[in-house]
Amino acid sequence: MYKVAYFPGCSLDSTAKEYGISTRLICKDLGIELLEIHAWICCGATTAHITSELMAAALPAMSLLQAEKRNLPICSPCSACFSRLKLADIDLKKNVQLRMDVAEVIGGEYKGTTEVLHLWQVIQKYGNLKPKKELKGLKVASYYGCLLTRPPEVCPDERIEDPQFLDNLVTSLGGEPVLRWNYKTQCCGAAFSLTKTDIVHRLSGEILKDARERDADCIIVACPLCHSNLDARQAEIKLNFSIPILYFTQLIGLALGYGYAELGLRKHFVQARGLLSLKGLL
Amino acid sequence: MSKTGVFICHCGSNIAGVVAVEKVVESAKTLPGVKVAMDYKYMCSDPGQNLIINTIKEQALDRVVVGSCSPRMHENTFRMTIERAGLNPYRLEIANLREHVSWVHSEKASATDKAIKLVELAVAKVRRNEPLQKIYAEIEKRALVIGGGIAGIQAALDIAANGYKVTLVEREPSIGGRMSQLDKTFPTMDCSACILTPKMVAVAQNKDITLLTYAEVEQVHGYVGNFEVNINKKARFVSMTKCIGCGVCTEKCPSKKRLSEFNANIATRKAIYTPFPQAVPNIPVIDKDSCMYFATGKCKVCEKVCPAGAVDYTQEDEIITEKFGAIVVATGYDLYDHSSYGEYGYGEIPDVITGLQLERMINSGGPTGGHIKRPSDGKEPETVVFIQCVGSRDDAKGKPYCSRVCCMYTAKQALLLREHYPNSKAIVFYMDIRAAGKGYEEFIQRVQTEYGVLYLRGRVSRIYEKKDHLLVKGVDTLSGNQVEIKADMVVLATGLKPKKEAQNLAQLLHIGYDQNGFYTELHPKLAPVETQIAGVYLAGCCQSPKDIPDTVAQSSATAAKVGALLSKERLEIEPMISEVNPLLCSGCRMCYNACPYGAIEMEDTEIRRGEIRCVAKVLVSVCKGCGVCVAGCYCKAIDLKGWTDRQLMEQIKVISYC
Repeated sequence: MYKVAYFPGCSLDSTAKEYGISTRLICKDLGIELLEIHAWICCGATTAHITSELMAAALPAMSLLQAEKRNLPICSPCSACFSRLKLADIDLKKNVQLRMDVAEVIGGEYKGTTEVLHLWQVIQKYGNLKPKKELKGLKVASYYGCLLTRPPEVCPDERIEDPQFLDNLVTSLGGEPVLRWNYKTQCCGAAFSLTKTDIVHRLSGEILKDARERDADCIIVACPLCHSNLDARQAEIKLNFSIPILYFTQLIGLALGYGYAELGLRKHFVQARGLLSLKGLL
Repeated sequence: MSKTGVFICHCGSNIAGVVAVEKVVESAKTLPGVKVAMDYKYMCSDPGQNLIINTIKEQALDRVVVGSCSPRMHENTFRMTIERAGLNPYRLEIANLREHVSWVHSEKASATDKAIKLVELAVAKVRRNEPLQKIYAEIEKRALVIGGGIAGIQAALDIAANGYKVTLVEREPSIGGRMSQLDKTFPTMDCSACILTPKMVAVAQNKDITLLTYAEVEQVHGYVGNFEVNINKKARFVSMTKCIGCGVCTEKCPSKKRLSEFNANIATRKAIYTPFPQAVPNIPVIDKDSCMYFATGKCKVCEKVCPAGAVDYTQEDEIITEKFGAIVVATGYDLYDHSSYGEYGYGEIPDVITGLQLERMINSGGPTGGHIKRPSDGKEPETVVFIQCVGSRDDAKGKPYCSRVCCMYTAKQALLLREHYPNSKAIVFYMDIRAAGKGYEEFIQRVQTEYGVLYLRGRVSRIYEKKDHLLVKGVDTLSGNQVEIKADMVVLATGLKPKKEAQNLAQLLHIGYDQNGFYTELHPKLAPVETQIAGVYLAGCCQSPKDIPDTVAQSSATAAKVGALLSKERLEIEPMISEVNPLLCSGCRMCYNACPYGAIEMEDTEIRRGEIRCVAKVLVSVCKGCGVCVAGCYCKAIDLKGWTDRQLMEQIKVISYC
């Protein structure tokens, strides 16, 4: 078993519950032990870093420090949490003054020895991925969004404008990735979801339309907010089609032979049942 | 006791504005060995030099110290001055009171103290100066030009016109370079080939020019006037003497998968090929890597069809060694590879092409017969977006410099597109328009007003590949709007960068290059074609990006410099070089290994009667006087004339007693 400190973040117990469920399910299969950080707190999300540099670093540092004390790498499935943890790690390593200030606030110095990983990286590096059921004939568009790819120093891929890692994952599961898809890092509208929904409709709409134009059967994501914009808002966008949005962990789960309900697929607005039965994956 | 004269220059107010010159003079008068010290407003002027000459004669001086500007500026001037007064020119030392004192310090008292100290050091050193004798060398009255583009062609023709023999080396199978790939030239719109090909023919026909194509410089030894160069003539597998240039071999060659370098990879070529129909020489080469015979041992079609029996698979590379008096480097440029631009598709979107690729399409001799067709489906594009500054002025890509020609070639291509397809739309994204040449600004205006090309100031953030078109998203910073353009094709104005192998050649020649890889000229304003290695000159884009008029002008300038060098009867060489005392030399070869110029030889020498040992010997005309060997010598057997250990020790004494 590969041990890793696990930072689920707020979404994985609420709006993205199925992301959390599928993550825990597949990690057990892949030989990855997720050790949840004790009493983890908010990563700071967008609110902290537009308010105060100290707060933006101090909030993730609490979790980083816990992982460091236990000498474990830390991982999060949520792109926003991963981005905050990684950026705080980079900033704290670079800026001595900030490190001292944060140490005072959180009552312990983070030395910067913890490896910060996205869940995808843990699976890719340490997971023993052997699909039981190949996703034959399933055309998958991988949508990376912004937080996994920007700024470049957090991006796990060198090709920041056209990352490949999720596409490679699709290939290794026997599926068919949509290649050279330019919208994979396009903004989905993000937090405007609640304040300026029309922007989300336009931006997410472009992503969905282009994926369909390229004959994608479904889109996979690695971020709860992307998911809610692309899935929950899809009906409002008023398209003449619908396209299921899956978490990449759910796609892995399908390849490992888990069922529809087990993976929390029932929780999505756009149901994938029809598509998956058609492809013989259920 | 030596009789030294100290002359302090005010340099107008350059030195005197910060340094109290009279105090420096007073202090100099008290130094041991100084017979006279004085100051003057401009020591390098005619009256200033006469003052030195007269003082030397009146006071019977035997050594001179001048406190003035940097020795790089006027050391030679004052050497000639004291020579005219009958002294050995090397009995001179310069104390640099301008660049080392007045230009870098503002606090007067301490600047004066430093000036006093520098003069004291110079006086200490000059006391031990030996009278050195000038060295002369013969000059090989031939020039080598490396690179057969327009820069090399022009330089070779001009040097030959001056009456000297020239060897022109080109690594490709034909001369012509980048200019032969172009269609029209801005701003006059003359046809590039029409003005270039006569020059190419002139090179081939000139009896003073030896043309070596498909050849590369491998090694360079020697020094100004006497370079010894090894040139590798790569095997062509076609006899230069037998081939009649009929082209049947190319026509019949079954291997046609290789992308054509000349056509900027938008077409393929055969394994036996000439880059283009007007090639000089019009003799094909076999590209060993794509030839079926060399891969499988079967085929030999070209040999069978050749009416002249010119194909020869047994040819081998041939190294020829020749001597030259001067070398002109004209290696040109490569285009920036836009595959590092993720936002423009990592070079993987078929309808995003480079300016040079468009150039090959517009060219009537190109693979599309002069028609612009988009690569994905061969359709005529209606809307074409041009993006400038791709790989230029972009710090994020490590290319901070302006490539100078892209604004103009983009305008030219937009004009040609509009002319070719009057219903087409051309949209140019630019950062600034740099049109500083003669007639350039007027050209840009004409392109915008007469040809209706739309110029948008801003960058493109992303190119999206749609089913049958490209979606170009960008910003128009003048109106402040984000723009989305449905385009059929995008043309990237990729910038210029030095040739990939430029640094290797620089190391062969010991010439410098800047942080961007362009060769460094000796002085950016006053010596723009010379390098810091005497006898090696620059021409064209290897020195910095430039257009054809500037390249031709620089090439002619280089040819003039080469002519000035080769017209000399013999060459004067600085005598400040290393000297070995064979009695002390242990023959350990430290200096031999340390010397960056190959100026040390190990030789059996009779050091005392009957005692022969292998000791180091300095090749007088190769040594540059850098002193590395002196630092490396354990036995203190080598000394640098003009900078001897004894002289430096005198200076150290002065410093340590202060």
